[in-house]
Amino acid sequence: MNDEPVSNEPVSDEPMNNAPVDTAPPTKPLTRFIRPGEACWTLAAYLAQGGYRGLEKALGQSQEQLLEQITASKLRGRGGAGFPTGLKWSFMPRGASAPSPKYLIVNADEMEPGAFKDRYLLEQTPHQIIEGLLIAAQTLDADTGYIFLRGDYYLAQQRLTTALAEWQAHCLENPALGPLNAKFKIHIHTSAGRYICGEETALINAMEGKRANPRAKPPFPQVAGLWGKPTIVNNVETYCNLPHIINFGVDWYLSLGLGQDSGTKIFGVSGRVKRPGLWELPMGTPIRELIEVHAGGMCDGYSLKGYLPGGGSTDFLTQAHLDTPMDYDAVGRQGSRLGTGTLIVLDDSYCPVAMVLNLIRFFAQESCGWCTPCRDGLPWAEVLLNKLESGLGEAKDLDQLEALCRFAAPGTTFCALAPGAVEPLQSALKYFRADFEAHITQGCCPYNHSAAGEQHYG
Amino acid sequence: MTSKYAQYQPIPIRQLPMDEATGELSPQEKHQLDLLLAAAPQPSGISIDALKLLQASRGWIGDDTLLALAEYTRLPLAALEGVATFYNLIFRRPVGKTVLHPCDGISCDLMGGAGLRRRLSLYLNLVAGETTADHKFTLIPLPCLGACDKAPVMIANQILFERLNEQEIPALLETLAAEQGGETL
Repeated sequence: MNDEPVSNEPVSDEPMNNAPVDTAPPTKPLTRFIRPGEACWTLAAYLAQGGYRGLEKALGQSQEQLLEQITASKLRGRGGAGFPTGLKWSFMPRGASAPSPKYLIVNADEMEPGAFKDRYLLEQTPHQIIEGLLIAAQTLDADTGYIFLRGDYYLAQQRLTTALAEWQAHCLENPALGPLNAKFKIHIHTSAGRYICGEETALINAMEGKRANPRAKPPFPQVAGLWGKPTIVNNVETYCNLPHIINFGVDWYLSLGLGQDSGTKIFGVSGRVKRPGLWELPMGTPIRELIEVHAGGMCDGYSLKGYLPGGGSTDFLTQAHLDTPMDYDAVGRQGSRLGTGTLIVLDDSYCPVAMVLNLIRFFAQESCGWCTPCRDGLPWAEVLLNKLESGLGEAKDLDQLEALCRFAAPGTTFCALAPGAVEPLQSALKYFRADFEAHITQGCCPYNHSAAGEQHYG
Repeated sequence: MTSKYAQYQPIPIRQLPMDEATGELSPQEKHQLDLLLAAAPQPSGISIDALKLLQASRGWIGDDTLLALAEYTRLPLAALEGVATFYNLIFRRPVGKTVLHPCDGISCDLMGGAGLRRRLSLYLNLVAGETTADHKFTLIPLPCLGACDKAPVMIANQILFERLNEQEIPALLETLAAEQGGETL
């Protein structure tokens, strides 16, 4: 297998040197260990750059102290929902009377269309994830950790497995790490596919060897999760933040964000931009800066028509929203979601109906089939969009699509898959209405590259 | 991956492969299943890992395999079938030596992914889910492979091929076919 770094994109703009960077608090903590062109995923490289210092500090603190810091840091889940991590953790029973064993799960089942940040962290800094997991274990007195890894991430699997073996060897050499290593065991579970596994209760069902249907909540996994025991599920990037919060302090972490939210985030841009890639930037970085500065703007000959700010299950935004800061509440106020923070850019040459059709086809395929709005509603929306894209659409189809969006609204479904699935559809109907209507009046796709019928090919 | 691909050579037209009897579990497979069972908090927890394990040695999960697994682990056959048909990396039909997973996510399609998949389909004379008659290739597109900045992409033989274009497809397939070695099924 190719062992070269997978991303040549400069994620960190900071100068590279071999001196320890630990003394000065970094401005880009998540990527500070990543050195393009170097084997930065090894334990030796991680330790040389000041890795595992956060864990070292955490081992000297009480569980209450650690939880207080995580809560005070205002860290919010980086998987898409943005739930405050400290609050989630506070729901887990602690103390002598707490049920045992307690499980921690790293959600590394990245499959959101347009999201590619977790792959980068998994492949480049596996030890940072392990360190974060160990700090969480120390805070919550957990017994077992699972890294739930997407089955298609072969390089990540290889590097994580190696990193875990390196870590265990390292523990044997360091008596101080012995008690933690003896208590907390980490395993890697490679998934067998399906987007729904990213939903935390579906993920737990998959871990138990069942079909990945979501579970009813309550009880929440923090109380009764894997095998009925207290379980915390957090995203890869969330765990990556922990070592730095403990190492450099809450005040430093709070100061990183530009607006309301603290810390930094791995943002990404894909689509017809000059330099698609990933960058670690402060929370609250404006969308315009992401697209125009970091991604280099649109490719020559293309202009920006719209974009999904946080992956495939977020609402479209347009030119008018470019100055919105990328933080949870600001993007929310514009009617969309920060999601995974990976933008998908729609250019003026690509049909918006085709784009929504691609997304709805994905969600219809990935629906677990548990509840009706998702199992039946999404394929129905796919049929209607296919009809529109083929030039056979009628005006009533647009009303029908809007009705399907309402059927799949939050609260009408078992989990968040269907509400997320209709977000790009409902916003496309709002912002690109003229394009939908042109398909009907012209009797064909005005973009002249019909995506209809493509499911017959690969 | 070499950049020099061999000359274009048509690949034989596919036939739907027959269902093959896959027989009993080998001692090695039984040993690996024992290890899984020993590590799992409950036996049912191993079902996905067990199916992946058997698929690794057999290529796919046939009815006989499923039955043998159910008998050996005492897990309900219906539960195993439910799991085997739910996850998209468990194959319940025979697949070719190399499974091609072009990405059909939106970021790839914005960069010409649909054209790439069409070219694959036409070149191999397959639609999604089918296998070539020579059992060399199976075409199973997967959703977003998480490499959107390098679109369009495809996974084959556990390797991610990045920034592909349609013109590369014949040479890439030739190279992948050559990697399979000379013997035929």
